[in-house]
Amino acid sequence: MKADPLVEVENLTKHYPITEGVLRREVGRVRAVDGISFDIRPGETVGIVGESGCGKSTAATSLLRLEEPTDGRVLFGGEDITTYDKSQLKAFRRRAQMIFQDPSSSFDPRMSIGDSVAEPLKIHGMRDRNRRRRIVEDLLERVGLSARDADRYPHEFSGGQKQRVALARALVVNPDFIVADEPVSALDVSIQAEILGLIDDIQAEFGLSILLISHDMGVVRQICDRVNVMYLGEIVESGPTEDVFDDPQHPYTKALMGSIPKPDPRRRGEGIELTGDVPNPSDPPTGCRFHTRCPSVIAPDDVSLGQEAWRNVLHFRSRTARGDLDPRSLAESHLPTEELPGDEDADLARDAVNQAVRAEFDLPSPLSDSEAERAVTDAVDALVEEGTAEAGELLREAFPTVCANRAPELVETDGRRVACHLHDESVEATPQEDVTFGIGDDD
Amino acid sequence: MSDSDTQPLLSVDDLHVQFDTDGGVVRAVDGVSFDVDRGETVCIVGESGSGKTVSCEAITKIIDIPPGRVSGTVDFDGENLVDASQKRLQQVRGGRIGHIFQNPQGALNPVYTVGTQIIEAIQLHRDVSKGDARERAIELLDRVGIPEAAARVSDYPHEFSGGMRQRVVIAMALAAEPDLLIADEPTTALDVTIQAQILRLLRDLQKEFDMGIVFITHDLGVVAEIADRVVVMYAGKVMERGDVYELFEDPAHPYTQALLECLPGRGDATEAIGGSLPDPTDPPDGCRFNPRCEYAVEECRVGEQVPPIGVDGPDDDHCAACVYYRDGYDSSTVRGTVTATTDGGTAREAKTADDSEQPDGGGPQ
Repeated sequence: MKADPLVEVENLTKHYPITEGVLRREVGRVRAVDGISFDIRPGETVGIVGESGCGKSTAATSLLRLEEPTDGRVLFGGEDITTYDKSQLKAFRRRAQMIFQDPSSSFDPRMSIGDSVAEPLKIHGMRDRNRRRRIVEDLLERVGLSARDADRYPHEFSGGQKQRVALARALVVNPDFIVADEPVSALDVSIQAEILGLIDDIQAEFGLSILLISHDMGVVRQICDRVNVMYLGEIVESGPTEDVFDDPQHPYTKALMGSIPKPDPRRRGEGIELTGDVPNPSDPPTGCRFHTRCPSVIAPDDVSLGQEAWRNVLHFRSRTARGDLDPRSLAESHLPTEELPGDEDADLARDAVNQAVRAEFDLPSPLSDSEAERAVTDAVDALVEEGTAEAGELLREAFPTVCANRAPELVETDGRRVACHLHDESVEATPQEDVTFGIGDDD
Repeated sequence: MSDSDTQPLLSVDDLHVQFDTDGGVVRAVDGVSFDVDRGETVCIVGESGSGKTVSCEAITKIIDIPPGRVSGTVDFDGENLVDASQKRLQQVRGGRIGHIFQNPQGALNPVYTVGTQIIEAIQLHRDVSKGDARERAIELLDRVGIPEAAARVSDYPHEFSGGMRQRVVIAMALAAEPDLLIADEPTTALDVTIQAQILRLLRDLQKEFDMGIVFITHDLGVVAEIADRVVVMYAGKVMERGDVYELFEDPAHPYTQALLECLPGRGDATEAIGGSLPDPTDPPDGCRFNPRCEYAVEECRVGEQVPPIGVDGPDDDHCAACVYYRDGYDSSTVRGTVTATTDGGTAREAKTADDSEQPDGGGPQ
């Protein structure tokens, strides 16, 4: 039986309202963090990894209540901190500290670093100046600086040294828990290794629990015991670091791992490439949020197209469903000018649109599956005669996929949790033959 | 290929860039030499402050002069750009030499549509009508992978995501079909999944346009992904230069070895270099890396930096600025000490075989 967790996060949610007009009427919500749960045991380092905009930093600030969470509970040592009042919160802040990404902007340039490091002690009521000084000097030495540095100012230190000072400042109140938000991403690689080594040593020495937020899989791998992979406000996979990184189960984790360039020129082009951008978190895709970029979306049983063509059909489907597909500009992008009708208002020929759609989405004409071919042709007709929304409706009916219709639950698989229908036994998954997209020239 | 196959497209020789500052003269680039052929990608890699960006900005002199001063030769297809007039340089910039910068937000003007900006770039270097330029802009946007280019051409930069913005910047750099593309950390501000897309795009475009690319990065993973040849810089000096495979599998300079060792996430072998970059106004005597080098001997601490010396191996251009490669020194002291690749094994064996062939080497350990 393992120790009880120090921090338990349950269904943590942070939405930012989008308001309009003088009445600040809410017209939408940015779902930055949308119901995440994980725990951290004493002396453990847990990582949150994901692309920019996935909500990892918001998760950190709202679990410390630097921002008020919209929903969910955070248990710290068994107590729910979301119900804390001001004085309880202050006591909690002594036990939980944070380190930020940019060491330059997290220090007051007009305060000596000794004063900066001692400030938390002052806030938490230590009045004895000499005692504060002794603690600061001791800590500066423990993070690899010298006691005399206490009288120097932030500009006299390099980025790596400043990050050491930031660590000393976090440690000064003797916390149990530190949240480090991208602590090394502003530093050069040679300095990164040093700071990560220091964090590791300090953690062992002080028996700290650490939550490390990073976009860099290498950093997370180096010091985290367990890792949570986030995508668009949700955790898609979590488990022991080695397991998750050596044998990722969720297609997103696979792609994320596959996109890291390997420092080995002989393995160039072996990476997996994701198409498209991270969708807008104010309007996340239905079902599995990753399905718009996922290389292994589950196809309906009666479609046999091969993964790549199926993917392209899905692109067509999701673009029409979003309603931002204009046949005219599509034709302008793909057809020579002389084939377009000169008059702006004239209707485009059906053939021209058909050609442009197939060029835009890289769809062969005809598709290998005759049912699918008919559906795509019908959709093109609808695009010309009725409108984008109608075409989207047709495609949605013709190509239903569980990935777009139902959000996957986090399920236990091989000692980790994965939120993907491919790992859900209730879903009959017959993935289309897998195609890996390489970055290299040999694809 | 160009008509003269022996002549590189760009040949930078003994380039110096100095800045006069209140704190003294900063020799940001101090005797840098490298060549770039057509269709070839040369990566310049180094930590921040190593002078990699300044050396590339000096190629088309887009640095402020004064306080900057540039000397040496930059031979671009037979023309020395260091002596070229401002007018001539303006034709070359964005014409035969395109630039892409790290932060795509800063490279685009927020008050004009991306179309206007690309059209401007086209019309600066090509005598075409606005309509034709617009058509060409749409073609370029489509080529760099922007969906529905014809509609997006009239969007403003803020309406694009970071990755899409970098694609727009690339389209703009390609407007005049440059022979040489200088890409300064073009993927550093992007997420890994987007970085992979942009690297692939650059590689495809390079093939299509037969461009030479100078690619600046601090990320050795990116270097391994796209470089043909690599220049390793440290404190304004070239530490090592060579073919990408040799550099990763048989790094010659202790600094390159240290850089490879400190990559995070490659097992437990992660070793920090220790110390920090030297003060740019007062670099150490001798080898710039000597205060942080575990092999440094007395000769490393006096006089000038050793010039790059050829290193034994299949690549003739592979050289390292380290005293151990001088005649009379035992280069096996610094070689064969690094686990350079992720799976190590093969590289290790190749290296030992190499060392045994060295006449003055002490043989494999």
